[in-house]
Amino acid sequence: MVIRGRVISKGKAEGEALVSREEISFLGEVDTKTGVVTNPKHQLFNKSIAGRILVFPRGRGSTVGSYALYQLKKNGKAPKAIINEEAEVIVAVGAIISEIPMVDKLEKNAFRLIKDGSKLVVDGNKGVVVIK
Amino acid sequence: MHLTREEENILNGEQGNAAAKAMEILVAIGKVFGAEKLIPVTSAQISGVSYKTIGDAGLEFLENFAKDGRVRIPSYLNPAGMDLEEWSRLGFSKEFARKQMRIIKAYQKMGVEATCTCTPYLIGILPKKGEHVAWSESSAVIFANSALGARTNRESGMSALASAIVGKTPYFGYHLDENRVASLVVNVKAKLEDISDFGALGIYTGAIAKQRVVAFDGIETVTVDEVKTLGAALAASGAVALFFIKGITDEWRVADKPERIEFGSRELRETKENLNSSRDAELVAVGCPHCSLEEIREIAERVRGKKLKRKLWVCTARKIKRKADKLGLTKVIEEAGGRVVSDTCMVVCPLEELGFERTAVNSGKAAHYLPSFCGQKVLFGSLKEILR
Repeated sequence: MVIRGRVISKGKAEGEALVSREEISFLGEVDTKTGVVTNPKHQLFNKSIAGRILVFPRGRGSTVGSYALYQLKKNGKAPKAIINEEAEVIVAVGAIISEIPMVDKLEKNAFRLIKDGSKLVVDGNKGVVVIK
Repeated sequence: MHLTREEENILNGEQGNAAAKAMEILVAIGKVFGAEKLIPVTSAQISGVSYKTIGDAGLEFLENFAKDGRVRIPSYLNPAGMDLEEWSRLGFSKEFARKQMRIIKAYQKMGVEATCTCTPYLIGILPKKGEHVAWSESSAVIFANSALGARTNRESGMSALASAIVGKTPYFGYHLDENRVASLVVNVKAKLEDISDFGALGIYTGAIAKQRVVAFDGIETVTVDEVKTLGAALAASGAVALFFIKGITDEWRVADKPERIEFGSRELRETKENLNSSRDAELVAVGCPHCSLEEIREIAERVRGKKLKRKLWVCTARKIKRKADKLGLTKVIEEAGGRVVSDTCMVVCPLEELGFERTAVNSGKAAHYLPSFCGQKVLFGSLKEILR
């Protein structure tokens, strides 16, 4: 299935989905050395975002959070791609400087169609998500 | 969002990797906020300079970006994490200094001027009324919008850097007339007698205003330093980017049915009490935002011929310190045991690592941030009280 969305950060990646219904702050909620979510109250607590296609509503927190995403990428623990319900600036800028493909505003409800482990292709050049 | 042919070309890498990334950042922000296009800006003021705040990730990003990133418009830096010349004498570690200097060098390589101040408007960087700029230091943003009538959103360090490289910003928010309208009116009944009172007014109001535009009624006269302090506090306890003062600021536009609040002597007293968490201090730190020459003169007069028991930092822009040096004010302050510190301030430097636990300030913004940013207990009062 092909779903159209909006380009936020260029690039193309293929991988398995990890879905969070909660917002994520990459600064303080994710260990940048391991990619593991460290906030015990978060839905993804103890799960690793490394190498996954991370699907979540939007980011939150301080603008320095963009650098946390960059640090994850440098450490090889960043998500392969990001799908947001509606992007905000922190994650959008973080994805761009870290060269992580990112799309948002999918024309269909991503949270209904995409489950943990769904095989996806995210094309940040065209703004398209493919569910395999 | 509409892009011109030239903007498309930059996005596609015609002017190098950093320019393409910068354009990608501006386009993404434009999409997020529904901007129709990009508009030219005449200057950029960039935060994210202190190694303490941006860390190794920030340092690596900037060095990488500086490989082919070059600014197109006059661009200036926010304070760094230390005095770039006298860091050793002030107790900063070599390791911190080494990393901090690498950050400064990366910015300089891109063509950014290492002004290292939060008060560019005190060293001659004065955008005119209606001029579009991309500034990121929150206290400079609110000063530019409110006191100068220039137009800027509250940029992040990275979006301001992107604007510096592209020379443009997405057209939304405070660049548009329709968003420069106050929806909170503050009736100021309290007598504002000292600059610290203006800081308290800002802290109290900012927390209620959040991201709204604020209109003050009942303030009869103000100095530049009082406006500076009020704005800094509004932008610290809230995310305010613009305020009006009736009869003083050029702009004054209020929504049809604004929320109205009052700031009386009780609110002033309680706000000051809430900002106090210590009765004493090891360090007195003045200059948040950075001191003007007039403030340095006032401090020098107060400490002339005295021996201070507490350490004293007077934080200012390097250009202003040079003037203070020439006028002999630095010498007066140093003879009393104080220091005139440049390029940094008590909020963005690693104060906690320099052995301080309690700091006395006359700035509402500093009083607001020091407990969380630097683990300090705070004594908040007038200059006279904290220099006692």
